[in-house]
Amino acid sequence: MEKLVKVAGIALPMLQANIDTDQIIPVPEMTRSSEETHERWGAGLFAYWRYVRDREPNPGFILNQEPWKRAVILLADRNFGCGSSREPAPRALRGYGFRAVIAPSFAGIFFGNSFRNGLLPVELPIEQVRELARQMEAARGHAEVTVDLEAEVVLAPDGQVFKFRTPAPLRRMLLGGLDEIDQTLQNIDAITAFWNRDAAKRPWVYAPGLADQTDAKGV
Amino acid sequence: MPKPQTYFEKVWADHAIIPLGDGSELIHVDRLVLHEWTAGWILPGFEAAGRKPARPDLVFTLVDHLIDTAPGRGPNQTHAPSGAQIFDDARRHIGKLGLRFFDIGDARQGIAHVVAPEQGIALPGTTLVCGDSHTCTNGGVGALAWGIGNSEAEHALATQTLPQAKPKTMRVSFEGTLGKAVLPKDMILHLIGRIGANGGIGYAVEFAGPAVKAMPVEGRLTLCNMAIEFSARYGFVPPDEVTYDYLHGREFSPKRAAWDGAVTYWRSLLTDPEAVFEREVVIDCTGIAPQVTWGTTPQHVLPIDGRVPDPSEAGDPGTRRQIEGALAYMQLTAGTPIAGVPIDAAFIGSCTNGRLSDLREAAAIVKGRRVAAGIQAVCVPGSTAVKKAAEAEGLDRVFKDAGFEWHESGCSLCADMGNKRFARRRVISTTNRNFEGRQGPQTRTHLASPATVAASAVAGRIVDPRPFIG
Repeated sequence: MEKLVKVAGIALPMLQANIDTDQIIPVPEMTRSSEETHERWGAGLFAYWRYVRDREPNPGFILNQEPWKRAVILLADRNFGCGSSREPAPRALRGYGFRAVIAPSFAGIFFGNSFRNGLLPVELPIEQVRELARQMEAARGHAEVTVDLEAEVVLAPDGQVFKFRTPAPLRRMLLGGLDEIDQTLQNIDAITAFWNRDAAKRPWVYAPGLADQTDAKGV
Repeated sequence: MPKPQTYFEKVWADHAIIPLGDGSELIHVDRLVLHEWTAGWILPGFEAAGRKPARPDLVFTLVDHLIDTAPGRGPNQTHAPSGAQIFDDARRHIGKLGLRFFDIGDARQGIAHVVAPEQGIALPGTTLVCGDSHTCTNGGVGALAWGIGNSEAEHALATQTLPQAKPKTMRVSFEGTLGKAVLPKDMILHLIGRIGANGGIGYAVEFAGPAVKAMPVEGRLTLCNMAIEFSARYGFVPPDEVTYDYLHGREFSPKRAAWDGAVTYWRSLLTDPEAVFEREVVIDCTGIAPQVTWGTTPQHVLPIDGRVPDPSEAGDPGTRRQIEGALAYMQLTAGTPIAGVPIDAAFIGSCTNGRLSDLREAAAIVKGRRVAAGIQAVCVPGSTAVKKAAEAEGLDRVFKDAGFEWHESGCSLCADMGNKRFARRRVISTTNRNFEGRQGPQTRTHLASPATVAASAVAGRIVDPRPFIG
């Protein structure tokens, strides 16, 4: 699991509501190869909007413009990452070079997938997202936003500090670059105890199609 | 006296293994469903890392996403460029791990969220996860079901658990009765139009009220299917006699003494009368007309007599920007009546509306009529069992006689899995997403109920289905 403590750099404003994961990475970008590199995933990012034909860059799309193409933080409006559960969505953002997305709200599956792919989703009120966008646009991109996961703060170019919160288990995982499966397997005794307790209460869960109590298996 | 609880709170408590901080819990996964795309993607690495499934007995695998649905398809037929490799990886590793597998040719094959309730895999008060956002469909039988990414799928396979943040609770009550040719799809589209595509973020949503009580399980599955389209974490209908009648006797439902014990347990989970929800939404169904989307998010929805909106009337800049983008993409102008917009294609199927009752609604309209000239009309049953049942009552003939293609089951043209036949077309579809490019490059999708799609296929343009019903 890739770790992230702090990121600072250009924040690209894309203040549109409901940007869905089909836009972040279209299905054809996920089926074109089985490579698992940053380059491969980054190339598929926003493919419908970013390319015109034969992967010619669309000059009208902000990600193809200087200095925004060097952005490491994305600013968006509410419900970012809605739709499909595809994990390549945060992978494409990370693969391109983004390390954080700041928006008033995120769709839940995308939110969790991001932490597992070295990308930090930061929830801030829309007024604060707009303020960051305003400062970045005023500086024509030549300014820095800092996102500090340890302190759970965003630092605006003008020095304003915006606080945010992240769920403890996901924060620990991203700060430490921890493997989530290994973390959970440390609790295998608690899981086993749950199975034994629960199989007495809900025996039918542990033997799909079960007819009699005696067929149920705890461990 | 204990604090009154909602259905969700009781189910959550019965799955919580250990607290992880900030209200997050390690939650037990009762049923893990893997389709071929997730399986083929994660299993080679899972095995290479030396991982073992924690509870292979609680895992179900099947083929739905990448398989072509053309009539008479072969077991490896796909339009996805890397599809053959994914099928191969999936089959090899599923076989090595000895997991239950509903492959092509198995009578239980079909779209994961059609199959799981149909086979009694999804049950009331269970948790069920699958690598597909529409897993929430299973809430229609009272399961707490949600879509996951590939990393979570590996985690669920290795540990039979997932860390989850505890959501807030919402109840959506559908009051009143539905009008003629107004279906569960119209109810859920109407709700999304009302509370927005972000209206459910962070919520576990209980669907309730007389219109839900009166609804068969298949309609409830449609309702819950689109909970993800307003970004709800979970959407479900707590079980009742309708649910029990539906599930009883299915292959993986408990039997005999185990069934009786399960029903007693399920009854204990129902929301206490005094329980408080953090948000309540009430919808009066009586006035709901057939719904159809005009834009590129399910919240861009109109009653069939509505007109495409003007971006200048949007409340905030983020919404205005999305409406402007949607109008350009959909090649529509503000103020256009949505009824009358000419279409190129019609699609019936998907985990939203690919069940037998959906096919019956559509067939009742196309029966004795013909699809308009030049319209591609495709009907894809949601599972092999649905296909067989439909054929047994002659629905395949009704569709074929009307000029529809009659396919094998699978996800098909709901998403662009490499089949480009809807590229640059305007499609009216019973699916769940009208996102840009969702059904193909530059495809313009209008979401609607099976009745509205069937009527529009016949008319060659978007129409009100009500005059088609006798």
